[in-house]
Amino acid sequence: MKNVQVYDPAMCCSTGVCGPTVDPLLARFSADLAWLETQGFTVERFNLSSEPGAFVANELVKKALDGEGTECLPMILCDGVVISQGLYPTRRTLANRVGAKLEPAAPAAAAASCCAPAKPGASGTGCC
Amino acid sequence: MPTLVERPTRVLFFTGKGGVGKTSAACATAVALADRGLRVLLVSTDPASNLDEVLGVALSPSPVAIAAVRGLWALNIDPVAAAAAYRERVVGPYRGVLPATAVQSIEEQLSGACTVEIAAFDEFSKLLGDEAATAAYDHVIFDTAPTGHTLRLLELPAAWTSFIETNAGGTSCLGPLAGLGAQRSLYAASNAALRDAARTTLVLVARPERSALDEAERTRRELANLGVTHLTLIVNAVFRATDRSDTVAVALEARARAALAAIPAGLAALPRVEVPLLPFGLVGVAALRALSRDDATDASPAPDGVREAPVEALTLDALIEGIASCGHGVVMTMGKGGVGKTSVAVRVATALAKRGHRVLLTTTDPAAHVAQTARERPPTMEVARIDPAVETQRYTDEVMAAAGEGLDAAGRALLAEDLRSPCTEEIAVFRAFAEAVAQGEDRFVVIDTAPTGHTLLLLDAAEAYHREVLRKPSGSPEAVRQLLPRLRAPAYTHVLLVTLPEATPLHEAMQLERDLARAEITPYAWVVNQCLTTLAVTDPVLRARQAHEGAHLRELAAHAKRVALEVWRDAGASATTATSAQPAP
Repeated sequence: MKNVQVYDPAMCCSTGVCGPTVDPLLARFSADLAWLETQGFTVERFNLSSEPGAFVANELVKKALDGEGTECLPMILCDGVVISQGLYPTRRTLANRVGAKLEPAAPAAAAASCCAPAKPGASGTGCC
Repeated sequence: MPTLVERPTRVLFFTGKGGVGKTSAACATAVALADRGLRVLLVSTDPASNLDEVLGVALSPSPVAIAAVRGLWALNIDPVAAAAAYRERVVGPYRGVLPATAVQSIEEQLSGACTVEIAAFDEFSKLLGDEAATAAYDHVIFDTAPTGHTLRLLELPAAWTSFIETNAGGTSCLGPLAGLGAQRSLYAASNAALRDAARTTLVLVARPERSALDEAERTRRELANLGVTHLTLIVNAVFRATDRSDTVAVALEARARAALAAIPAGLAALPRVEVPLLPFGLVGVAALRALSRDDATDASPAPDGVREAPVEALTLDALIEGIASCGHGVVMTMGKGGVGKTSVAVRVATALAKRGHRVLLTTTDPAAHVAQTARERPPTMEVARIDPAVETQRYTDEVMAAAGEGLDAAGRALLAEDLRSPCTEEIAVFRAFAEAVAQGEDRFVVIDTAPTGHTLLLLDAAEAYHREVLRKPSGSPEAVRQLLPRLRAPAYTHVLLVTLPEATPLHEAMQLERDLARAEITPYAWVVNQCLTTLAVTDPVLRARQAHEGAHLRELAAHAKRVALEVWRDAGASATTATSAQPAP
């Protein structure tokens, strides 16, 4: 079973409902992680403002933070390998990089809510 | 020595509309119990606490022994300080470990309104839910916050216990308090303590006024719904005229009698203690001891003569004239509850409308009676209310429609879950407030009970965070982005600080003024409500109070640029005998 770890920037809550406005991207990404769990992945999520210890404990995250500052967040790791940083990827990109299988119907709508869908297997800049 | 609460339980909560004398009653009870040889801890959870002033001791979040009263300790839970302490506990260990920008972003995020609310609640829970924390005391007395806030505070243990239970995933708004789940048993204990009649009594404090008694009845019903039914009632400042030739005194007494005769049935059924209107301000331990005595109304003879306002005077109508000349904009009445903010707001709105201006009169106070108070409705005046429940629903629907679009069922459920957080209401009300302020572009908007400078700053910080830290537009509505600039513009917004000519409300309003100054908002004028100063009273208690007023008015005149005095008048009378004051040059 693969393990996905998300290191979020400092934020009040995972969907952003507490801010002056809700970020649809955050709400969508939270839903994508919930979907990954249904695909047999374990998902761990760390918020810089409540669990700073986790950011220090992970060498890759700590190194990126020291080098680039909070710009590198959110950072997403799959089994200890960095698969995305500095943005929240679409479900399609996320699925591709962690090796999850997209069902034909459900994710299409979700991916459409972000930018142009990334080509399957595309790497690097990914989403937005 | 008798106490204001008969057969007091170990824990006492004092609650009531602001300005009714809650703090005085809580302090007097604490002093009386300590004077019996008991060990008493007095706790304030009021963000605008004046416990320091009443006891004459600087308080802190840890118990401080009150030198003048053997056996009495007091502490003040300052929600902002509690949040700051919490923030430091989280951030402190990572200074120098994480890069500065990361530490700063954590601090920013933990400056939000929810952190303040949660941190204060956590402190409160430690005292209520943990027997060991207060084992050294025979009694723990809470001087709670003004009504709306008190209810939320009291409601939290129930709301949050279920919130934690249904949020096993932990992806909730409770992020700011990472250890919250671990506090579960503590919150459950708080919850049980509140409902245990053998341990806890809720003391409702009201004045003999219709609105204060209605408010107390509302609180009683809400508490009953929360399962808190062990209540008792204190009616504070009941005036009995001794000089029957004094028409003001007779009218004051008649008004109190009428209000008490019409007391709601639910309140009438509670054990009740009436405390007489005292000739002096309730500041200091000696005054507090007198509150529990029967001879408290023995007034020392007041000096003769004082009929002139001790400061130079203008009229409130002149203030309104000045505001009217701007043609449109926002008028906000601010001050402690119970000082008559609503009646001043209604007076201003009605006067502006009568001049032919289009006026919207509105409030954010869940307990306000704007609609009832505005008996006269010029055709150009519209009366509205920002209803927290309605606004929360509207905001929730809006978010679900916008952010929920394109989400699958699980994603929508997750979002709906987060929207159930206690912060949603605050944000929803804040946005509605911003929309009301925006309407001042083409009319007058008179707002009774606006958010405090503190709230404005917290939400501005959240907005700035999106703008600067995330370097992207927050997507906030235009009204929210324009809010602070509008409130800071003297030609657009006129803040009226409303107070009574008494030490506590005056000093609390000065605190509010400093709070607004931090948000770079400068009040236009002060309005001192219910003054006896220029009235021809002869009753000894009223004469003594009149003399006390003079000192407070002089203090204010030396402090403020524009001061208006609203003279006490019989509720039925409509004459505008208002004078207003400017300090003598």
